[in-house]
Amino acid sequence: MQQSARSTLDAKVPAGRLQDKWDAYKDTVGLVSPANKRKRTILVIGTGLAGGSAAATLGALGYQVKSFCIQDSARRAHSIAAQGGINAAKNYPNDGDTIWRLYYDTIKGGDYRSREANVYRLAQVSGNIIDQAVAQGVPFAREYGGLLANRSFGGAQVSRTFYARGQTGQQLLLGAYQALSHQIAAGQVTMLPRREMLDLVVVDGHARGVITRNLVTGQLERHLGDAVLLSTGGYGNAYYLSTNAKNSNVTAAWRCYRRGAYFANPCFTQIHPTCIPVSGSYQSKLTLMSESLRNDGRVWVPKDSQDRRAPHRIPEEDRDYYLERRYPSFGNLVPRDVASRAAKKECDAGRGVGDTRLAVYLDFADAIGRLGQQAIRERYGNLFEMYERITGENPYEVPMRIYPAVHYTMGGLWVDYELQSTINGLFVLGEANFSDHGANRLGASALMQGLADGYFVIPFTLGAYLSGTRVDKQVTVDHDAFREAESSAQGRLLALLAVKGDKTVTEFHRELGRLLWNDVGMARTRAGLEEAIDSIAALREEFWGRVRILGENNTFNKDLEFAGRVADFMELGELMARDALARKESCGGHFREEYQTTEGEALRNDRDFAHVSAWEHTGSNSTPVHHQEALAFETVELTRRSYK
Amino acid sequence: MAERMTIHLSVWRQAGPDAPGRLVDYTVEDASEHMSFLELLDVLNEQLVGRNEEPVAFDSDCREGICGSCGVMVGGIAHGPQRRTAVCQLHVRTFSDGDRIVVEPFRARAFPLVKDLVVDRSAFDRIIAAGGYVSATTGGAPDANALPISKRAADEAMDYAACIGCGACVAACPNASASLFTAAKVVHLSLLPQGHVEADRRVMAMVDQMRQEGFGDCSNHAECEAVCPKGISIAGIARMRRAYVRAALR
Repeated sequence: MQQSARSTLDAKVPAGRLQDKWDAYKDTVGLVSPANKRKRTILVIGTGLAGGSAAATLGALGYQVKSFCIQDSARRAHSIAAQGGINAAKNYPNDGDTIWRLYYDTIKGGDYRSREANVYRLAQVSGNIIDQAVAQGVPFAREYGGLLANRSFGGAQVSRTFYARGQTGQQLLLGAYQALSHQIAAGQVTMLPRREMLDLVVVDGHARGVITRNLVTGQLERHLGDAVLLSTGGYGNAYYLSTNAKNSNVTAAWRCYRRGAYFANPCFTQIHPTCIPVSGSYQSKLTLMSESLRNDGRVWVPKDSQDRRAPHRIPEEDRDYYLERRYPSFGNLVPRDVASRAAKKECDAGRGVGDTRLAVYLDFADAIGRLGQQAIRERYGNLFEMYERITGENPYEVPMRIYPAVHYTMGGLWVDYELQSTINGLFVLGEANFSDHGANRLGASALMQGLADGYFVIPFTLGAYLSGTRVDKQVTVDHDAFREAESSAQGRLLALLAVKGDKTVTEFHRELGRLLWNDVGMARTRAGLEEAIDSIAALREEFWGRVRILGENNTFNKDLEFAGRVADFMELGELMARDALARKESCGGHFREEYQTTEGEALRNDRDFAHVSAWEHTGSNSTPVHHQEALAFETVELTRRSYK
Repeated sequence: MAERMTIHLSVWRQAGPDAPGRLVDYTVEDASEHMSFLELLDVLNEQLVGRNEEPVAFDSDCREGICGSCGVMVGGIAHGPQRRTAVCQLHVRTFSDGDRIVVEPFRARAFPLVKDLVVDRSAFDRIIAAGGYVSATTGGAPDANALPISKRAADEAMDYAACIGCGACVAACPNASASLFTAAKVVHLSLLPQGHVEADRRVMAMVDQMRQEGFGDCSNHAECEAVCPKGISIAGIARMRRAYVRAALR
């Protein structure tokens, strides 16, 4: 069993009424004068919504910014793939929305496992994000009168979601990218694309630099800064198959963990219920079908597990609309975690459909009968097209086949109210941190959080750090800490190439994904988790003995890049299992089969587990130390989520 | 059950920018009709590593047609034969059992080759940096509804803003022009009042940058529109040219 420490983790939440905390913080926080900003170098890793908006904003404020991304252009970060929208408490439709309601929905949706003060601040700045995006020229959907349009999303009773067709993430990201480009042209930001961060450099307890690999030449580079901002996204690709982009990975965050940043709630992963199912072993990633489809689609499976008839030949009485049956008041619109588990339950019982039997039907026949094909085309035309392109089936005629897939990770590096990790000067933004979504994220909240962190939070909290810290000006990239970090990164690359085994990187990644999906996926048990910890350790050992990577270190070498990431995913996978094992309750996306109600719903344990788990690395071969940050709920009452 | 297919590929292999390149023939025997074209390349790469041959380098990321990372010539067509589809969403079922498909990188002087099917498209980033933005720094933005914008203008701006920056337009153009890419941003911003203030400077700077990068001029072949995975209209190029002339005369 791992060591457990009730710790001293200080979230540095300001005193005062919840509604006044952020204003009070801003009123009293230290500032950096314009003349001094010029002398400060900030390293920003990642150019998604969080990193792109932070780099652009800090550049405009006068800091010298170095911005790094793994893709060939800052415009391609995975935020670009977000479809549905972004929440903001603007109350433009006058339907009763307030900052408080957005706050409350988010903290409840997260199953009471997030920090009140952070979530409230997120709701407070949500409106500013929309103002900023519009000023940049983001073409949000509008009504005929010229004002902004809103739509509804899961987990809320008001319309507060702003959108740009099904490409909201793309448009918000391009807004941030263009603002970043402006600062690049102005000389405030130096852009370094095709760079992967391989280590963090810590000098006297302060984050002072990073080691990056130039992915074209293979050269390792040392970068010195006054602070490091990590905005490198989530770790859903640990499961191999997910809706994440191929390059999304945990390496930068994991290297920081190994340098002393605590990793919080790694077992909180979001499995999205409506994705296109896996079709074969060659499958490289999964594609999401927007949550909005559940407004008009009905989910069902055949009642009889032996029923292999084509869906249109199965009469009504032989179908089980299991969500409508089990959750009469919410029906097909239950939250993501509930819908995903229900689909798994049906498939586990042998009632899954399609070649693989790992899918359920999402049927639009009733809606088409009621509203006509044209109305459905107007609502979902682009999604139906995408479905047909991928599966070759026409969803106007045949029900869609869907299955849950890994989509987002609520866990991440632990940060305090200022978004600072347990390493001084290392700030973590967006999906890479753990802070705002608790155990389950609501739809349209990821874009909001990334941009809140980058545009509106970090400019204040970074200033607070810099104004209150004496940075050692004598440190250069020739410091021993840089030398040591570079040589350890180099050693690791050479070690990977030196294995010269007989299995490909993808084979190992697929195997890791299978282990995590089965035992650290939608339903977890003590026995399964204990077995996963052992199996992953064995897989790690096999990896370092049998992986085959061709090519050289000093060239463009995708296999080598991926090998390093898979190696880190394996270490993380073990921590995910360890965290899931330690959390002896079910909450949000974390479902322990031992802890459920008699009706099979998640059973939270607020007495023992209303805390953040934060794990401290203690060495490659020793178990991590388990710290806890107790979550104090002063403004909301903890209730059980029921969707019956 | 999914149908198994044999697909022959002739793939451009080039170790680096200065190394000689050539087409190399491969055969994938157990392709599935449900695979995407990039998954077909993944399977090929697994087989190559198994035989101790270096895998084919190509860029890809989101694999759902929105990030713009991927892009290769498939049978001589940028992103392949299916219209309005990026190559990551092109599926093997588009082809027939036994087909031979030539796979080459996007070629243009302004897109220097990096390795195999990977090219350097950073010229696009420099075109945007030349003026493809509204100078609205963070903070101080007025309320989002302070400025009504007609639905028509917003929708049309969105049509152009949908560009994913993949470079297919350049690869398809006989002149290797980046006019469609540049116009998409110029027109997106010029259709919105937020973009008006800097409109003249923007179009001049972006078009000048496009030329400096070594892209050719547009001579109305419309090949770009035909291969654009987002279906961006060449009407944008005409608008950009008018805006350029107006700005130059002012």
